[in-house]
Amino acid sequence: MDQVVAADGTPQGKDTGKDTGEDTWTVAGRTFRSRLIVGTGRYKDLEETGAAIAASGAEIVTVAVRRVNLSDPKAPMLQDFVDPKAYTYLPNTAGCFTANEAVRTLRLAREAGGWNLVKLEVLGPPPLLYPDMRGTFEAAEVLIKDGFEVMVYCADDPLAAKRLEEMGCVAIMPLGAPIGSGLGVQNPAMISMMMEHVTVPFLVDAGVGTASDAAIAMELGCTAVLLNSAIAHAKHPVLMARAMKHAIEAGRLAYLAGRMPRRMGADPSSPLTGLIR
Amino acid sequence: MSDVLTLLLNGENRQFEAPARGALSVLGLLTELGLDMRKVAVERNEEIVPRSHYAETWLASGDQLEIVHFIGGG
Repeated sequence: MDQVVAADGTPQGKDTGKDTGEDTWTVAGRTFRSRLIVGTGRYKDLEETGAAIAASGAEIVTVAVRRVNLSDPKAPMLQDFVDPKAYTYLPNTAGCFTANEAVRTLRLAREAGGWNLVKLEVLGPPPLLYPDMRGTFEAAEVLIKDGFEVMVYCADDPLAAKRLEEMGCVAIMPLGAPIGSGLGVQNPAMISMMMEHVTVPFLVDAGVGTASDAAIAMELGCTAVLLNSAIAHAKHPVLMARAMKHAIEAGRLAYLAGRMPRRMGADPSSPLTGLIR
Repeated sequence: MSDVLTLLLNGENRQFEAPARGALSVLGLLTELGLDMRKVAVERNEEIVPRSHYAETWLASGDQLEIVHFIGGG
């Protein structure tokens, strides 16, 4: 999963199987430079959605599937502001509480857009919307059999993650905190431990509240981060989108650089010899 | 006189007149609703209707249809 770094500090594109000198990652055969995936929901309007996504530098955007408003068939659509040719649409199953709803939703998404790459989430009831792993396993099995490439939202459960990978999910995406909570990565130790045993891309998906949260996820070694509300609900979404872009890059570089060891106590940076007396 | 079809369309009962000759197809329905066919997907009685089959998928009273599109979501 992880990149390696050449002696000169240049990240090597190990995920792509060749040394491109670029720090890319690959999911289901598609290679990306940006390690930020953003949602397209909860913005003030579609103009703001388009502007924030452009500022984030994201190459993949999640989208929801919903009934068409039949009383206003000519209402502007997401595709008019977020070009499906410029971004990889990742249809999600947000709002699905059963495996069957999730499977139907993604089959419709595939028909609407023609993509096999999808984000599966089967949720438990509010207020936590915690991943319902039984429903998630059930839906993942049907979807994989049906030819989908499933990036899966899941609990921070190492056994569940391993099982999902073995089933054939193409990315494992545990929560850092409940959806839309903005609480940040509440489980850094568990995220790190899960990552050890996963070989497909590993993303924190949910819980990021601000730039430092995204950086922490990347410093832990995540392949990428998926977020929505942290940008959409910021006072200035476009500005926060830029902040996230930089935080992801900073966190990634810090991970590649390898942080210094923590120590209890001071270790001065200036020499203690040659002092005036 | 043409037949009247009652469809459960996106959760609402709606009535449509079949064309003078023959029945109402998914294509006919989408056209009547004024929807951009490239941006929607259709499910009939919980089965996907592939776009290539719109013209020859005939609707019957009592059919449950879901017509969806992509919207913003996280």
